[in-house]
Amino acid sequence: MNSSEGKLKSSSSELDLDRPNIEDYLPSGSSIQEPHGKLRLRDLLDISPALTEAAGAIVDDSFTRCFKSNPSEPWNWNVYLFPLWCCGVVFRYLILFPMRALILTIGWIIFLSCFIPVHFLLKGNDNLRKKMERALVELICSFFVASWTGVVKYHGPRPSMRPKQVFVANHTSMIDFIILEQMTAFAVIMQKHPGWVGLLQSTILESVGCIWFNRSEAKDREIVTRKLREHSQGADNNPLLIFPEGTCVNNQYSVMFKKGAFELGCTVCPIAIKYNKIFVDAFWNSRKQSFTMHLLQLMTSWAVVCDVWYLEPQNLRPGETPIEFAERIRDIISVRAGLKKVPWDGYLKYSRPSPKHRERKQQSFAESVLRGVELEEK
Amino acid sequence: MGNTSSMLTQYDIEEVQQHCNNAFSQQEIVSLYERFCQLDRNGGGFVSGEEFLSVPEFAVNPLSQRLLRMLDGLNFKEFVAFLSAFSPRATVQQKIEFIFKVYDSDGNGKVTFNDMLDVLHDLTGQFISEQQREVDLILEMPLFTDCKQVLTKVLEEAGYNKESLLIMSDFVKILGSSGLKMEVEVPVD
Repeated sequence: MNSSEGKLKSSSSELDLDRPNIEDYLPSGSSIQEPHGKLRLRDLLDISPALTEAAGAIVDDSFTRCFKSNPSEPWNWNVYLFPLWCCGVVFRYLILFPMRALILTIGWIIFLSCFIPVHFLLKGNDNLRKKMERALVELICSFFVASWTGVVKYHGPRPSMRPKQVFVANHTSMIDFIILEQMTAFAVIMQKHPGWVGLLQSTILESVGCIWFNRSEAKDREIVTRKLREHSQGADNNPLLIFPEGTCVNNQYSVMFKKGAFELGCTVCPIAIKYNKIFVDAFWNSRKQSFTMHLLQLMTSWAVVCDVWYLEPQNLRPGETPIEFAERIRDIISVRAGLKKVPWDGYLKYSRPSPKHRERKQQSFAESVLRGVELEEK
Repeated sequence: MGNTSSMLTQYDIEEVQQHCNNAFSQQEIVSLYERFCQLDRNGGGFVSGEEFLSVPEFAVNPLSQRLLRMLDGLNFKEFVAFLSAFSPRATVQQKIEFIFKVYDSDGNGKVTFNDMLDVLHDLTGQFISEQQREVDLILEMPLFTDCKQVLTKVLEEAGYNKESLLIMSDFVKILGSSGLKMEVEVPVD
């Protein structure tokens, strides 16, 4: 039947359970024309609806739009503005960048000279150690934000440390985490990265209780779900921060939320993050740039300006499924941050859509063909 | 997103426009070029099957594999010509020609029973099974629950048979009367 899925494996059946009915979102009207009345040769030969849909997807599709970085309009296009732009470049690269790198280095020195002693010497006194490590992580994040001249406006009540609550936010770049972390030491759940980021993950971030997952491992999901549940129940643990989109999106759209965060039996506190594009496009296109290059790009821009809204905590309503709950929260965040919703799973960046969607279309067409045939039998 | 429309000269745009018989306006061709470059991630000058299949909306289409055979390895000019059947300026004749080409997989100008059967299989998946056979107990006749039989019956009613080789004019006769709606809008900034 579907003998040709190509080199990318189609998504595992586990991911299927995450998705609400995509048919509810996609334009109504079946892509395959359903014949009415007696079946004619014309009905079978006319494949124009399916072709139109395919061509429509080739010309423009909502999934690719989510990951398109918008190139900024070049404004340096004439004799007067070009020297001004050059001055700007010189200023940014030769003055701002070294200053920022210096600030960051100082920050790291302070951080490490406090963190390492605290971590090892206060091993006995867990409470105090955790408090100090939390404060130190918030400090280094502030240094990071300063190194991009980050101007962050926080709106809404600050997160409080309470058990049985998780925070969810839309995801644009790994700096989302840093921006939120400078205000509150969250325990975040992140993809395990290689390189120096991975090193930071396994040492410093462990101390605030962060949880790692590996996208490419199927069994990983169960282990992670268990860890999430344990963490959220504990009273002493730092508040849990989850990015339910599962991947970085370009801050203009939001992809479907994975339901894992919404079935922990906790209150969900939505956080919306919106970056101001005029200063820099903060979207981290992990296919195009490494995180290091992304950070360097931020450090040589004028500023990172963003708004963070801490929104009203929500609970699962009676009779609501976790998936509906996830969609409701996605709605709240998307409205606040001015994002357009698309019905796609972010993981389709890495795998093919499940054959289920195609099968549904095929099934409805097959049924109408059979109906048309039956009509003449009577 | 590397390439911008600055890579296309006015001459290029006009050449492409001529190649597709003016199916698209110059602005639409520029938009299509941006899209082509966006899909052509490795910058090879053509969009591979894998790159097309990375668009989920395309991958879930039942006819995606058939279309891939026609799309694989096309350069930009040919890509636009391929899409020209979907332009609002295309004639019904051009649209029927496109549909014919989708059926005629070996390109010899004749659509066989097997060609039509293949497309029907693509569209219905495993939901009209070849093994399913029911018998109408009253009339003692087999009920048509299999693709081959459905197709044969419908062909015979239209005046053809299993051995018929349909050509372009047959398709025009069959599809020409129905209002063929096959249009796609190219987003223009």
